[in-house]
Amino acid sequence: MSLIAFLGAVELGLVFAFVAIGVYLAFRILDFPDLTVDGSFPLGAAVAAVLIIAGWNPWLATAVAMVAGAAAGLVTATLNVKFRILNLLASILTMIALFSVNLRVMGRPNVALINQDTMLTPFYGLGLPDFYVRPLFIGVLAILAVFLVWRFLASDLGLAMRATGANPRMARAQGVKTSLHIYLGMALSNALVALGGSLFAQTNGFADVTSGVGTIVVGLAAVIIGETLFHSRLIIWALIGCVVGSVLYRIAIQLALSSDILGLKASDLNLVTAVLVAAALVLPRLRRGRAAA
Amino acid sequence: MKLLTAAAFAALVFAQPALARDVTVDVTAIVEHPALDAVRDGVKDALGEAGFKVGENLTFNYESAQGNPGTAAQIARQFIGNGPDVIVPISTPSAQAVVSGTRDIPVVFSAVTDPVGAQLVKDLKAPGGNVTGLSDLSPIGDHIALIKEILPNVKTVGVLFNPGETNSVTLVELLKTLGAEQGIAVVESPATRSSEVQNAARALAGRVDAIYVPTDNTIVSALESAVAVAVESKLPLFTADTDSVSRGAVAALGFNYYDVGKQTGAIVVRILNGEKPGDIPVNVAAGTDLVINPGAAEKIGLELPKAVVDRATKVIK
Repeated sequence: MSLIAFLGAVELGLVFAFVAIGVYLAFRILDFPDLTVDGSFPLGAAVAAVLIIAGWNPWLATAVAMVAGAAAGLVTATLNVKFRILNLLASILTMIALFSVNLRVMGRPNVALINQDTMLTPFYGLGLPDFYVRPLFIGVLAILAVFLVWRFLASDLGLAMRATGANPRMARAQGVKTSLHIYLGMALSNALVALGGSLFAQTNGFADVTSGVGTIVVGLAAVIIGETLFHSRLIIWALIGCVVGSVLYRIAIQLALSSDILGLKASDLNLVTAVLVAAALVLPRLRRGRAAA
Repeated sequence: MKLLTAAAFAALVFAQPALARDVTVDVTAIVEHPALDAVRDGVKDALGEAGFKVGENLTFNYESAQGNPGTAAQIARQFIGNGPDVIVPISTPSAQAVVSGTRDIPVVFSAVTDPVGAQLVKDLKAPGGNVTGLSDLSPIGDHIALIKEILPNVKTVGVLFNPGETNSVTLVELLKTLGAEQGIAVVESPATRSSEVQNAARALAGRVDAIYVPTDNTIVSALESAVAVAVESKLPLFTADTDSVSRGAVAALGFNYYDVGKQTGAIVVRILNGEKPGDIPVNVAAGTDLVINPGAAEKIGLELPKAVVDRATKVIK
């Protein structure tokens, strides 16, 4: 594996770390299986790309992209909380609706950003080659995201949100407004996913309506790999695990792509993902089984 | 046109008889698909004819992103890291991922409908920088002429396409503009996945005089559903993809994607021989095949004009 390919994998892993943290919030904290992310990832990319092309400041464009992602999360939460549609189904409805929304936002299926100034442009040409700048820049953002989400989940509001996911009846009995926390959590989760989508568009030069395909699987894979690595009950380790898991997932794929010895091709990636996630799920169980025996 | 291409190759081969140097060419496509695979094979064969042979002096890597732009980005980084002599991305998202990642490795894209809109190059005639390639913008004007020749009284044409495919959207817009000039109304019927193609085709029955399918991956992959509807509602089906004719379309005028690949390969050879990508203009692929299916026409009670039959490159029995 070349250095550029390695750093490229780290960079893509860091971009998808935001997706992993979002998926962690929905699946693990709120216990809400949320497929909205397959739509909110390209939504973030689309909104940021269109606004950047319209001449907006890329930071502002990215902020608006996050708001759009949050709105998508709120739609799913409303369908679930207010109209009592099963959580999984509610998120699927939002996901398929977002396909049309994303096409409307972009006006066409693919918007190019190759020649536009992005959030990263000021950092290019400071002496470091681009393939260092990108992962460093996104890495700093990822550390910031981990810190902020960690502090949030340790706050009173965050604790109430965790109670909502862990035991909703108990939480309600303690006076927690569980529906409010589902709204808030889903908005936060999808805002992070949209941030990932926006960064993907800015680092790769395009927003494409098909770029959401399989986002949920990649996010889940990262969460599960992270949990297997640091099986800790502490939130901070789970969040760091999301980032590390996402990067490791991309490195594993990069290895699969670059190893002529294994004879793997890009067309085998789905299988590699499935094996990786299955292994991450099975290994701790085997370890526990042996410890018990 | 084939002769011309062959002559171009011959000139290249004879101009550069001795090629001792080892070269690496990395090819990637967004998805595995008969047309895109044909482009890849054409590139490989064009290189072989110019003296760059796999196993001797050519390392030829190919990866498909399985329809996932995230994977396309990763393949792009992989290839850029390899530092090959030329990278050949096939299709728009693959090309964007590669072009955004390198400013020095020569890139020759292929099968991109609108290279300027995709920001791969700023100017087709003088691309500059490290990028050039070949566009596969369908000759929509010729398609309309062919439909008019076969159906002189045509008033409305229904078009099946996936609004999620950027190439198709460009083509449909072009079809509407050129159709309006010829007094032909275009009715759009979108299908976002292959299972929706049948419904989309049904929606056209009774409203149009003919159905047209551009080079759309989604519709082409489910062409049989469109054919079934066309036959039951006695509508002629025209396509831009020539392989679709043996699957039941009446006629198609389109690129032979293997030839598109060979023309792409010829550009790669020019770069391997020392030309700068930025100096090579981006052209639309040359040469279209007319493929007809008189059997399919007969099924809907349509007789193909003799002029069309006579000039067909291929007649499906």
